[in-house]
Amino acid sequence: MSLFFLSALVLPKIAWSAILPELILLAAPLVLLAVSALSARRLPTGVYAGGMGAAGLASLGASVWLWTQVTPHGAGTAVDGAIAVDGFSVLVMILVSSVVVLAALIGEGYLRREGIGGPEYYVLAMFSAAGAMLMASADDLVLIFLGLEIMSIALYVLAGLDARRQGSGEAAMKYFLLGAFSSAIFLYGIALVYGATGSTNLPQIADFLAHNVASSDGLLLAGMALLLVGFFFKIAAVPFHMWTPDVYQGSPTPVTGFMAAVAKAGGFAALLRVFFASFGLLRDDWQPVIWLVAVVTLLVGAVLALVQRDVKRMLAYSSINHAGFILVGLEAATTRGIAASLYYLFVYGFMVVGTFAVVTVIARRGDEAHDLGSYRGLAQRQPFLAAMLALLLLAQAGVPLTTGFLAKLYIISAAVEAHSYALAVIAMVSAAIAAFFYLRVVVLMYAGAKSGVGLPAPLAATGAGEGAGSGELSPVAAYGPGAASAAELEGDRPEASRPDGAGGGEGHGEPDAAGVPATIALAIALCAGFTLLFGIWAQPVVELARQATLLFH
Amino acid sequence: MHPGLVPVPLLATSLPDAITFAVSAVIVIAGAIGVVVARNPVHSALMLVMTLFGVAVLFVEQRADFLAAVQVIVYAGAIVVLFLFVIMLLGVDRREAVSADPLPWQRPLALVLSFCALGSVLALGFSGAWSTGAASVTGALPHRAGDTAALGKVVFTTYLLPFEVTAALLVIAVVAAVLLVRVPQLREQGGQAGAERGGAAGLEGDPEAVSDPGVDGDPQGLGERDREVVPS
Repeated sequence: MSLFFLSALVLPKIAWSAILPELILLAAPLVLLAVSALSARRLPTGVYAGGMGAAGLASLGASVWLWTQVTPHGAGTAVDGAIAVDGFSVLVMILVSSVVVLAALIGEGYLRREGIGGPEYYVLAMFSAAGAMLMASADDLVLIFLGLEIMSIALYVLAGLDARRQGSGEAAMKYFLLGAFSSAIFLYGIALVYGATGSTNLPQIADFLAHNVASSDGLLLAGMALLLVGFFFKIAAVPFHMWTPDVYQGSPTPVTGFMAAVAKAGGFAALLRVFFASFGLLRDDWQPVIWLVAVVTLLVGAVLALVQRDVKRMLAYSSINHAGFILVGLEAATTRGIAASLYYLFVYGFMVVGTFAVVTVIARRGDEAHDLGSYRGLAQRQPFLAAMLALLLLAQAGVPLTTGFLAKLYIISAAVEAHSYALAVIAMVSAAIAAFFYLRVVVLMYAGAKSGVGLPAPLAATGAGEGAGSGELSPVAAYGPGAASAAELEGDRPEASRPDGAGGGEGHGEPDAAGVPATIALAIALCAGFTLLFGIWAQPVVELARQATLLFH
Repeated sequence: MHPGLVPVPLLATSLPDAITFAVSAVIVIAGAIGVVVARNPVHSALMLVMTLFGVAVLFVEQRADFLAAVQVIVYAGAIVVLFLFVIMLLGVDRREAVSADPLPWQRPLALVLSFCALGSVLALGFSGAWSTGAASVTGALPHRAGDTAALGKVVFTTYLLPFEVTAALLVIAVVAAVLLVRVPQLREQGGQAGAERGGAAGLEGDPEAVSDPGVDGDPQGLGERDREVVPS
């Protein structure tokens, strides 16, 4: 009996090259862990950051190489149909690899500033990125689920990385409980879809639906609905967005940026693939749901962001608003709509990572100065940070000559082309509302300089990272008179209770500017440069997204 | 590609099958009720073992032998033992104040919703039908070789990559456990305030809930800020 099976067993051919980026990002953390366990003394955090940066670059290189393989040869599957190798998955791999490199740079500056050692941040971030890549390239619901879990569980822990701040633990707990619940719902959806179609393989599901008609398809629709709930949770679409503000606010700021880019990339990539490719024939069933959710997500995200005083919380609601935009592209359910969504996802990743990198620096040591008051008059104190943040926020608002403008333009034109006029109008209205709160921060930075802190301090930008106390900041943060609450908060904490650990007395003389570690400055400059360069020279990335969707498996 | 396009009759069972089903169903449900109503958490855990054994019998009846074995070995064996460990660590004698329910309406609501969910799942199971005439597309196994062999085969062929990838989850779990256990303990101080703040922050768009993050942290906690968290 069993002999029969053994003789009949044909092991699938594993095309290692097709999963090379994932393999790199799964192997590198193991190397880091081994290095950390075997080294006799504590390694500086820069060593791990270097390792993660190298892994990110290697995976970026592998992704670009895959792109050159996919473009001439067309899409295909690998590892017995579990993996789709197409332009879509490869483009998401390129995005996620880039975010890994940026996260290594930002994480290095942040962890050194906070005095948190160890390889855990880097290890978990790389695993999480590998999970997002698996979600993007998975051609099987089971693999999508596993990618989702790998991505999410690593993110839950990363949210609780800064155990000395209560908000961090709270964020991790909330994210974990709600996330585990949504994963269970997603899994139930997979079970029902399997029960209705007899397969978890996406092309096989599409094939089955193309050849069979349901006289009563409640099982399939219920499965699709549960899958949607799971996806909506991951991408923070509105009825399932409750966790977003708290988790974004509580998590360490570099983790928030990473989470915003990677979780959205993985979640949306799988959502677009499953619903456009597998359930494409049933679009009359899911389009109304997406329409409704997109509208609510666009409006709730934009309106609630208006009333936030905390910048991280404001950006959380703005990320909900962005999720609504990407859903508009899916609602169109055309190749153009998917290309627009993919383009939006790609450029949003860079924008949001850059924005949160600036927020990381401004938050200073302790990662707590997130009140809008901290941004008052920033342009005088730190022109570099203010300029970069202004650029990135304007891009998020969709101002011309940035990638954000093109992204919104393509989404709306795809919606118009698919005759979703109402949705296009609502998207534009929400963009107008959203522009207000982005501009408010920009105005606060440039016009709100009537603070008593006078002296424009020398820009502590690039180069600050090299000195002995590089990452170290002055414990007493400089606040304008407008930031009374934040200043009080700082007053609660006796300076004496802070032992001058790492550097010994540096920075006490200039209470003004937050020091910008060189690595974070580099990451910010890369993100802002990408946003501006490809906003003006639009052709390459637009073409990339268009080609990627044409090569859809 | 879709092997099981043969409808599987739902109630075509012999008398011994029906009796076995009835007995194990009673065991399963009695155990489940016992888990909920038992006062002593250890009794709850033991009731759970009873339920899991009943489910294992049901699996055997469905000819899912492998699943039945896994049910006993993994769930009744490992997981319930883990539960017991946790219960013992937390203290068996500590009584939960079950009567002081902060949300009194949630129990009747949970009951109603459970029946709604059960009803809709049953309705879905009975209503689904494709124009091929099959009530379900997944039917009996094509070979009589048993489900263990079939399962083993798909794990090494169709689901090879998902199977391998689960290894990453285990590594993440190890790293996460080490990271979460080794952190400086700050939760005891002002934990109550943190919980309250969390509740307030959950309200949508409440700006006051967020304008002063971390205000309830205290100087001692800050003193620990400079302690390095480094692997041993």
